[in-house]
Amino acid sequence: MAVSAAGDPASRRPGVARTVLSADDITRIVSRMAHQILEKTSGGAGVALLGIPTRGVPLAHRLARRVHAVEGVELPVGSLDPTMYRDDLRLRGVRPLEVTEIPDGGVDGQVVILVDDVLYSGRTVRAALDALAAYGRPRAVQLAVLVDRGHRELPIRADYVGKNMPTSRRESVAVRLREIDGADGVVILPPASAGDAPPNDGPPADGDQVTGDEAGERA
Amino acid sequence: MSGETVAPANTAGSGHTAGSGHTAGSGNGRGQGGSWVLRRVRPLGGDPVDVLLTDGIVGAWRPAGSTSPDSEGLPPGTTILDTDGLILLPGLVDLHTHLREPGREDAETVESGTRAAALGGYTTVFAMANTTPVADTAGVVEQVWRLGLDAGHCDVRPVGAVTVGLAGQRLAELGAMADSAAGVRVFSDDGHCVSDALLMRRALEYVKAFDGVVAQHAEEPRLTAGAQMNEGEVAARLGLPGWPAVAEEAIIARDALLAGHVGSRLHVCHVSTAGSVDLIRWAKAKGWQVTAEVTPHHLLLTDDLVSSFDPVFKVNPPLRSARDVEALREGLADGTIDCVATDHAPHALEDKETEWAAARPGMLGLETALSVVMETMVVGGHLDWAGVARRMALAPARIGGLPCTAGDPGSSLAVGAPATVTLLDPSPRRVVDADALASRSRNTPYAGRSLPGAVRATFLRGRPTVLDGKVV
Amino acid sequence: MKRHLLSTEDLSRDDALLVLDTAERMARVAEASVRKLPTLRGRTVVNLFFEDSTRTRTSFEVAAKRLSADVINFSARGSSVSKGESLKDTAQTLEAMGADAVVCRHSASGAPHRLATWVRGSVVNAGDGTHEHPTQALLDAFTMRRRLGRVDGLAVTIVGDVLHSRVARSNVWLLTTLGASVTVVAPPTLLPLGVSSWPVEVSYDLDAVLPKSDVVMMLRVQRERMSAAFFPTEREYSRRYGLDVDRAARLADHALVMHPGPMVRGMEISSQVADSARSTVVEQVANGVSVRMAVLYLLLGGSGETT
Repeated sequence: MAVSAAGDPASRRPGVARTVLSADDITRIVSRMAHQILEKTSGGAGVALLGIPTRGVPLAHRLARRVHAVEGVELPVGSLDPTMYRDDLRLRGVRPLEVTEIPDGGVDGQVVILVDDVLYSGRTVRAALDALAAYGRPRAVQLAVLVDRGHRELPIRADYVGKNMPTSRRESVAVRLREIDGADGVVILPPASAGDAPPNDGPPADGDQVTGDEAGERA
Repeated sequence: MSGETVAPANTAGSGHTAGSGHTAGSGNGRGQGGSWVLRRVRPLGGDPVDVLLTDGIVGAWRPAGSTSPDSEGLPPGTTILDTDGLILLPGLVDLHTHLREPGREDAETVESGTRAAALGGYTTVFAMANTTPVADTAGVVEQVWRLGLDAGHCDVRPVGAVTVGLAGQRLAELGAMADSAAGVRVFSDDGHCVSDALLMRRALEYVKAFDGVVAQHAEEPRLTAGAQMNEGEVAARLGLPGWPAVAEEAIIARDALLAGHVGSRLHVCHVSTAGSVDLIRWAKAKGWQVTAEVTPHHLLLTDDLVSSFDPVFKVNPPLRSARDVEALREGLADGTIDCVATDHAPHALEDKETEWAAARPGMLGLETALSVVMETMVVGGHLDWAGVARRMALAPARIGGLPCTAGDPGSSLAVGAPATVTLLDPSPRRVVDADALASRSRNTPYAGRSLPGAVRATFLRGRPTVLDGKVV
Repeated sequence: MKRHLLSTEDLSRDDALLVLDTAERMARVAEASVRKLPTLRGRTVVNLFFEDSTRTRTSFEVAAKRLSADVINFSARGSSVSKGESLKDTAQTLEAMGADAVVCRHSASGAPHRLATWVRGSVVNAGDGTHEHPTQALLDAFTMRRRLGRVDGLAVTIVGDVLHSRVARSNVWLLTTLGASVTVVAPPTLLPLGVSSWPVEVSYDLDAVLPKSDVVMMLRVQRERMSAAFFPTEREYSRRYGLDVDRAARLADHALVMHPGPMVRGMEISSQVADSARSTVVEQVANGVSVRMAVLYLLLGGSGETT
C-alpha cells in the first residue's frame, strides 16, 4: 500500500541539510506571531485556531498557549484535515486521512485562523478552505504559517508569516517540532541527486514533509 | 536430429537429406514408410544401439554407431537418423482422449487431436464417446474411426457409450459397435458415471461376449451435485462446493465387487484419490480383473491451484491434495494403477474464460503427458523407462484389446516387433507455451511451467508421423 | 493497499487497520453540515450486480456519491447469454465506459477475481457466491471497534450456515488477522469439511459458548437448506441454534449481537433480540457506508494518470 506518510526526508536524502531556524528561533517566532494575532484581531475575540495536520496542529496549540500567556484568553483550538478536498490526489497517491476536530463552539461567525507549518504552492490551503466550508460559515478566515517558501500557484497569501524563506523548487523544507519529531528546528534539504528522483514535473505541494520532488515521485 | 539418405544402388553416401523422412526409391509408400536407421538410440533408456526400421517392423539391431550410409544390408533409400542419446520407447497408447468430433469441432477435431497425439509420442488414442451425437451406435463409431484413418497421424480406436445418449437409462448397442469396422472393445459413459448398480452389472456381463471392457467414470452423482472442486481445506476456504473423494471411492468399491461377482473386466478411469488406490489394490489382491488409469495432471497438480479461480485448473475428477498425488505416484509405480491416460479434454476459449462455476471441466494432455510422467515418475525415481513403456504403451494396449500386443517392454522393441515407436530427448527442459500446441484449444494447465523432455520422433508401423519434433 | 479488494484472506493487518481508521474519519464527515466530499470527482464507480442486493448496492452507491464519484448501476441479472459469456462481455463493456472501480456482486465464487483479470480499474468484491464479502466483514469489525473500543482480544462467535456464508469466511480471516479469537457454531452439516484448517474453534453447542462471547454474530439460514437435508426442520434448527431472549440472557452485559442481514426473524434470531439494545443491526448499515467510503477512497483516491 502506497499510503504510508512520507518518512523524514532528511533520512532519505544525500547531501547536507542546512539548519535555518533553531529551536530558540521558533520559540521567538511563535511568540511574535501570537502578538500579531492579538493585535490584528483586537485581543483575540471570536478567534478559533485550526491546525492543518500534521505539524500545523501543534503549532496552533503553541500559538494558543502564547496568546493565553500574554493576554489570558483561551482560544479554541482544533484541527482540519484537507486531504479529501485536495485536487492533486491522483498525482500524489492516496494518503492516510488525518483527524478533523472542530472546536465545540463550531466555526459559524468565528474568525478562523488556519495554521500550517510551510506555505508553498497554496493548494493545501485552498483544500482547507473548501474543507472548512463543510463545517460552517466563519466570519473571516486568516492564515498563519511558520515558513513561507514561495512558489505559489494560487492567489493565496498568509496573514501571519513566521519566516519568509526563499528556496529552490528542487530543495525541500523540513519543519521539525518537538511534539512530533522530538526537537524543534527548520532545515533546508538539498536537491536529490540525479537518479534519486525524477525531475520535478509535478506541482509543488505545501506541507511539512512532502516536497515538490516527492510529488513527482508519487505521481 | 539429422538424417542422411542411403541412395539406391552403389551411390551410397552421396545423398543427404535433412531428415524430412521423405525418401525415394524402393517403392515404399505411405503405408510402409521406408527404411530408417536410428543411430545410437537408447532402447528403454539402455545402452545405445543402431536400430533399423524397415517394412513396418524393427528389422535389426546393430552395434551403436556401426551404421553408415555405405553399411551392408541397408535397403535402398534408407534414411539414417542421428538419434544419439534419444530414448526409444514403444509407441504410446492413450486409453482416454476426447477428440470432440463430431459436434465440437471448434474445440478439437480428429485431425487436430491426433496431430497433438503424434507430437506427444502417441500412436494410438481411444476416442471417448461423449461427442454430439454420442458415439452410441455403430454409425458414429465407424465415422470417428474413418476420420482417424484419413488423418493418419495415429490409430484412432473409438470408445462406445455404455448407455444410450450417456443417459444411464438403457444399454446402447454394444455388440453392434463391437462388430463394426471400428471394432470397439472399450465402452464408457465417461463424463457420466453408470451409477445404476444393476445397469452396471449388466454392462459388465454383456461385454464379456466380445472381450470388451467397461471403463467407468467413478462418480456417485448424489454426492457430487453442484460440486466444483476437491472437498477439503481449499474448498472450505474458497467457498466452492466440494467433490468428495468418497464419491469416487464408493463407486470403485461397488464396481470392483460387481466385476468380481460376475467375473468381468472393469477398468477405472482417471483414479484421483489415495483411497481409490487402496481399493484397487484390494480388488487386485482378490484376483478380480480390475485395471485402472491415472492422468498426468493428477500426478502433478494439486487443488491449491484453484485459489486463482482460473478455470484452466477445473477438471473432473478434480485436482486433489498433495497426499493423494503421492499415493497415485506410488500406485502407478507399484503397478496398482496399470497405466497413464491423458483425459485430454479440449475446450473452446469461451468455455474456459468464465467464472469458475460456469466453466467446463477438462484439460489438454496429449502433448505434455510424457513430460509430466518423466517429471513425476522418472526424475523422482519411481519408474525407469521400461516402467514408463509398460504404463504408457503396453498396459493401455492390453486393456484396450489392441491386437498383437507385446508381452514385455523389451519384446515391444525387439527385431520383428511393429515399428511403432517414440523417440524422446530427455535432456531439454521447456516452458509450455499454450499457443504453440497443436490442439485447437488452449486449456493446458501447464502453460508457463517448465517440464523435462521433448518427443523428437514418432513412427507408426515404420512410417514417421513426427520427425524433428514436427508433424510429417 | 492492493489495486483490488477481493477478499479479506489476503488483507494484511496494516491494510485492514488503515481501512478501519479511514472509515473512522469518513464517519466524521457525516457529522459535518455538508456531507459531500469532492474527493473522487470525475471518477466512475460501476455497481455490477449479478445478484439482487438492494442493501449492499445502495450502501456502495451512497458511499460513492458522498465522495462525488459518478455512479452507474449496471444490473446484469437475467441476461439471456450464458453466465460466463456475460461476465467477460460485461467486463469489456465496463472497460469501454472507463470504469475506475467496479463493485461486483455475483452468485459464483471467484467471479470478481476473474473480472479483475479483464479490467484495468479496481475491483471491489461485494459478495461472491459462498466465498467472501470483504466489506461486510470490515464493517462488522468497524462496528465492534466503535462499540467495544477494540477488536484485538475479543471473543467472537459466528453462528449458523457457515458452509454457505461468504460473510462468515470474510469475518474469520479479518477478525483473526485483527487479533480476535473466533468460534464458529453450527450443526456439523453446515460447516465445511475443511473447517479444521481454519484458525477458529468449532462448537456445536451454542449455550456453552455464549457466556464467553464478547460478540455473537448470527448468520442467515435459508429455509431451502432443509430440502437438502442440512437439518430436519426449522423448529429444530431454531431450538438448537437460534438466538432468543432466554439464550441472549446468557450473554455478558457488554456483549453485542450482530447480524449481516437480511434477518429471518424467528429462525436464527428472535425479534426481541434483534431489536434489543445489544443489537447492532441498524448501526451496521450506517457503518457500511463509512467503510465503503474508506475502501473507495483508498483504492481510487491515488489512482489515475501516472507519470
